[in-house]
Amino acid sequence: MTGVYLDNNATTRVDDAVVEAMLPLFTQHFGNASSMHAFGGAVGGLIEKARQQVQALLGAAHDTEIVFTASGTESDNTAILSALEAYPKKRTIITSVVEHPAVLSLCDYLENKRGITVHRIPVDSRGNLDIDAYKAALSPDVAIVSFMWANNETGTLFPIEELAKMAKAVGALFHTDAVQAVGKIPMRLADSSIDMLSLSGHKLHAPKGVGALYVKRGTRFRPMLRGGHQERSRRAGTENAPGIVGLGKAAELALQHMADENTRVRALRDKLERAILAAVPNCFVTGNPDLRLPNTANIAFEYIEGEAILLLLNENGIAASSGSACTSGSLEPSHVMRAMGVPYTAAHGATRFSLSRDTTEEEIDHVIAVVPGIIERLRALSPYWSKSGADAKGFAPVYS
Amino acid sequence: MWNYTDKVKEHFFNPKNAGALETANAVGEVGSITCGDALKLMMKVNPDTNVIEDARFQTFGCGSAIASSSALTEMIIGKTVDEALVITNRDIAEYLGGLPPEKMHCSVMGAEALRAAIANFKGEEWVDDHEEGELVCKCFGIDAAMIERAVTVNNLTTLEEVTNYTKAGGSCQTCHEKIEEVLEAVLAKQAAKPPEKSPLLPVADIKPAPTPAPKADAPVAAAPKMTNVQRMQAIMMAIEEIRPQLQRDGGDVELVDIDGKDIYVRLSGACTGCSQSASTMMGVQMKLVEKLGEFVRVKPASLLAKV
Repeated sequence: MTGVYLDNNATTRVDDAVVEAMLPLFTQHFGNASSMHAFGGAVGGLIEKARQQVQALLGAAHDTEIVFTASGTESDNTAILSALEAYPKKRTIITSVVEHPAVLSLCDYLENKRGITVHRIPVDSRGNLDIDAYKAALSPDVAIVSFMWANNETGTLFPIEELAKMAKAVGALFHTDAVQAVGKIPMRLADSSIDMLSLSGHKLHAPKGVGALYVKRGTRFRPMLRGGHQERSRRAGTENAPGIVGLGKAAELALQHMADENTRVRALRDKLERAILAAVPNCFVTGNPDLRLPNTANIAFEYIEGEAILLLLNENGIAASSGSACTSGSLEPSHVMRAMGVPYTAAHGATRFSLSRDTTEEEIDHVIAVVPGIIERLRALSPYWSKSGADAKGFAPVYS
Repeated sequence: MWNYTDKVKEHFFNPKNAGALETANAVGEVGSITCGDALKLMMKVNPDTNVIEDARFQTFGCGSAIASSSALTEMIIGKTVDEALVITNRDIAEYLGGLPPEKMHCSVMGAEALRAAIANFKGEEWVDDHEEGELVCKCFGIDAAMIERAVTVNNLTTLEEVTNYTKAGGSCQTCHEKIEEVLEAVLAKQAAKPPEKSPLLPVADIKPAPTPAPKADAPVAAAPKMTNVQRMQAIMMAIEEIRPQLQRDGGDVELVDIDGKDIYVRLSGACTGCSQSASTMMGVQMKLVEKLGEFVRVKPASLLAKV
């Protein structure tokens, strides 16, 4: 075993078949898709094939509803800015407090610099959206509602279709940042009320630097990048043809592996959680245990700090992630943990294990064997652990 | 991933002197679980010799916080409390071969815990920085005094550096303007030149060293560099300014030697056994930094023999 990679919500290994599909685009099919010759035509055909592959993964009605972009962030920004421009009289956005910075930072900017009203809907202790607060915020002034489909830290899923229908009822566009959800759970956008959806290639075994925005046919749209006529004038700029072809292949593979993701990978994730909870006192799984991505386990360890956990995991060949302040250089713990009301005693020690179809049982067994010792070792150093003690009877985590 | 030095990794993966010290007679606790890092420093100090015979720590925090704590214990064991109290966060960071800029606050936590523990040993009720001055950063409970000290000791010049060293302003950011005000005030103090006829600098009695003619494009306001004699005079005058305050309390301080950035002084009278001697040393250092417009370290004369 060379290393156990359990940070797939950050990025995934590019699938060998994806690399194989991309390679000819660098040497053999190198033409510009916009050029009027055979070199360009061949690349154009490959891009259209990729569009159909992504369409199939999303269950979209038309391949022309797929707009290739450079990232999930670009897709998110495009969707929100497009809605504001397309409906200039509407000056309100609704989003949630647990969104990715790609949405939250843009909303902050729009609020501060353009005077847009932003409603940030809170979540409960499991990360579930406060539906009543959402209902109260809906009005004819809402240009766009933007909710993530799956949370990147906890994996908690929002009831997207229900939320989208409520947005449509007041005439608002509905966008979902589905970067973490695409490829992991089945989607059928053709039958949904979702107007726009963002996805990112590197979260589903395609390379970094390519993403897509689904725009339902009939949705009023304004491009963010203007210039050439690429992507039917909805996203100017020469296409990242190798990346797009890689994304197409990755989408095809994701569709094939979705059953594995929801059975074998889910079972491994559950095994990991059960074993750690059984072996380690004073820890708990964050997020909604019943409505979660199948690959994500976010476990909050009390009285120790996440970066120290990651360093010791890394020393044991295990890659994971943490919502602790120290890992990011931001000095506050994860905004998701704070929004869920996870106490500071645990928020700093929240550790995310995100699996993929590459993950094996042997790897999970290794993690299960190593984690309790790491936690014990760090708690032996912690002044708070010595005060509370491993035998802290009456310890009642917020989440049980 | 943070780019930690081998020394930081060594102290994180194999921390020295970790755990509770049952025989401790000096304990300093700083930080909080809310802030994301906390340190409990425990020392066993020989009451007859004031030598720190043992030191242990318990730390809640990241890799550099644990490494800084471990390093600190290694640095202070065998020293007297007076020798230890001049250790700054820079010394801890240097001992570790450096820390990433964003992690310098871990070394500051170590220095603060040391001050708290020494105060505890001396029977002083240690008032942490939050009560010394106006609270600036409410998120992390950082006050103006702590920012001033971090700026002075570490020669900080930007808001970002202040955040890296103290955490102040690292959360909601509403205090950024206030931090910049404190920063500007300290920098202004440091840059302030003594007035030409300042009683602190009897320049008339000092023969100025020849200075090269200024270039045509040289900034007009550039502060002239002191000669060695001028610098020594400035240090002596600053000490003289402090002495009356100490003498009123039955104590005193004398200048023993100057070695580059290190200024050796001897506390005497009531100051020698005073519970506030750590603060006194720090105060002398602050005064000298202010007067000289450069960073210097004030050390007890007892360290001189070991140089």
